[in-house]
Amino acid sequence: MTLDSTTLDTLITIIDRLKDKEGALLPILHAVQKALGYIPPEAVPVVAERLNLSRAEVHGVISFYHYFRSTPPGRHTLHLCRAEACQAMNARGLQSHAKARLGTGFHETTADGAFSLEPVYCLGNCALSPAMMVDGQLYGRVTPQRFDAVIAEWEKR
Amino acid sequence: MMAGPPNGLTVYVPRDSSALSVGAEEVASAIAEGARRAGVTLTLVRNGSRGLYWLEPLVEVATSAGRRAYGPAQTADVPSLLAAWRNGGTHALDLGLTDELPYLKQQERLTCARVGITDPVSLDDYLAHGGYRGLRRALTMSGAEIVQEVTDSGLRGRGGAAFPTGIKWKTVLDQGTRRKYVTCNADEGDSGTFSDRMVMEGDPFVLIEGMTIAGIAVGATRGYIYLRVEYPHARVALEQAIGAAEAAGYLGADVAGSGKSFHLELRIAAGAYICGEETSMLESLEGRRGEVRVRPPLPAVEGLFGVPTIVNNVISLASVPVILDRGAAYYRDYGRGRSRGTLPFQLAGNIKRGGLVEKAFGLTLRQLLYDYGGGSASGRPIRAVQVGGPLGAYVPEADFDTPLDYEAFTEIGALLGHGGVVAFDDTVDMAEQAQYAMEFCAIESCGKCTPCRIGSTRGAEVIERIRAGVNRDENVALLEELCDTMLNGSLCGLGGLTPYPVQSALKHFRADFGVRS
Repeated sequence: MTLDSTTLDTLITIIDRLKDKEGALLPILHAVQKALGYIPPEAVPVVAERLNLSRAEVHGVISFYHYFRSTPPGRHTLHLCRAEACQAMNARGLQSHAKARLGTGFHETTADGAFSLEPVYCLGNCALSPAMMVDGQLYGRVTPQRFDAVIAEWEKR
Repeated sequence: MMAGPPNGLTVYVPRDSSALSVGAEEVASAIAEGARRAGVTLTLVRNGSRGLYWLEPLVEVATSAGRRAYGPAQTADVPSLLAAWRNGGTHALDLGLTDELPYLKQQERLTCARVGITDPVSLDDYLAHGGYRGLRRALTMSGAEIVQEVTDSGLRGRGGAAFPTGIKWKTVLDQGTRRKYVTCNADEGDSGTFSDRMVMEGDPFVLIEGMTIAGIAVGATRGYIYLRVEYPHARVALEQAIGAAEAAGYLGADVAGSGKSFHLELRIAAGAYICGEETSMLESLEGRRGEVRVRPPLPAVEGLFGVPTIVNNVISLASVPVILDRGAAYYRDYGRGRSRGTLPFQLAGNIKRGGLVEKAFGLTLRQLLYDYGGGSASGRPIRAVQVGGPLGAYVPEADFDTPLDYEAFTEIGALLGHGGVVAFDDTVDMAEQAQYAMEFCAIESCGKCTPCRIGSTRGAEVIERIRAGVNRDENVALLEELCDTMLNGSLCGLGGLTPYPVQSALKHFRADFGVRS
């Protein structure tokens, strides 16, 4: 597969805007993912060539960081915290509930394309555990009931 | 305090992300809408959080006696709140004057002095509350004098390693007039910690000021804040504050008219826990995989792009302005032993009154858990407390009277780290927690060294077998040996400290592993 011309233009505009920054690769990858929702594998050689890096180096960076994704996400990305402070407040129960309610596992997208479910290790909301984030919006004290209410609200968007 | 307009109301509703996570935005909108309908002139300030999270959304109103707190407020409470504020009536959510709340009144807020009080992105508000006084004084001093002041304050790295900040700065200063950097490690990934976030969302200028002082002190003209991507609200606050500081000449080519330059840029991390390790963060800032570097050379000698670099945590840097403003002795007079000053402790997990407690080192864990925290949220006994993040030991009740200072915690085989305190009640399965610690290490290992990369996966498997009752005694012995290998053979703290939660769980909660104590 190759990138369509609009996507390629977007990509090249981003790279040319940021490539002279010190340590430009992460800012570029963030900007690409923000614009496209993910970093298409076909973008790797384009980024590599314009930064004078090998494709392996660019791929290696994308695959190292949990936040970068190589496949399109659902309409919304739901980050569910798995870390200790949330565990102390039934995060394990909430995880099971979330997976059952959405019919999906971690790193997967629901069949209707509404949600991508991602684990996260701390959202810094540890005094109001358990926590989750939907498209950058943070939720605290998430009981299974509250989870369902939040999901129902985002499903409409 | 900001005076309200005549016959008007001045109301504070936090923009802190934790407050937003339980409805602060909706409450703020409802107050604005209610005031508009009633024809009340409203000044709505979006402050940081006071850190009394169980009371969020905590709404405050300005009165002649000071700010008065109401909480936890929901949108349904807004009509009656507005009526009480306008007519001077009572309200069920009235908590009294904010400054008189015991949780807050008994704290010693030096680093977090302005958090929750000011409008975080208003430079005028920052200046009106003592902001940039530290930098003003620093600009009258030589670099060596500034570094000496920080050394004399006794400040140690608040990210967890507790290395003396002044010594680190001196090493960078001594590298001559080469290109240098100041970097702030804002990749606060430890579960149970949120003080970095609170400062960045609630008082971003104090971090900017601290970094500027660091740059002036060691002769670095560029700084980077490496912020975790999980903190979008902190990002917005920092971007606004950096913009305001640049516009007012506090950042840029001529810092506060001194002729010295300091440029600051925000960089966003990408969800790798390991990038909280300093050399891994530097790799990431350079645009590479966040793999740990072998030390030496120290970052202070060969850091970002191979040049001398300060790497400090948010709280360390945010403590510098008050040290420069009030003097080293003022700061050093707080604390005990070799742990000087204050630490913003974070009470989290299964705790009734979770939040931020900035206190001088020396109060006990029990005081923190019960006097401040009020015991568990579930009402059941607190059985184990993980202090210092996912790499910190699980502390049993027998050790709750340990004073919170770096050395006292080392003595009980634990870590104070970044001051995160996560409480678990008696329903916790400590063998499950130990297995999780190994699994977390496996997920987050950078892969560079074998004890961490392989040891974590084997560790999780061994604990799983112990929990299943397979060759229990042999597997416990194997686990202990594996922990020893990871502890002594890993390149950095991830592999090197993951044994802490595992060994402490095994030592103090043996029954959970099905082995005799």
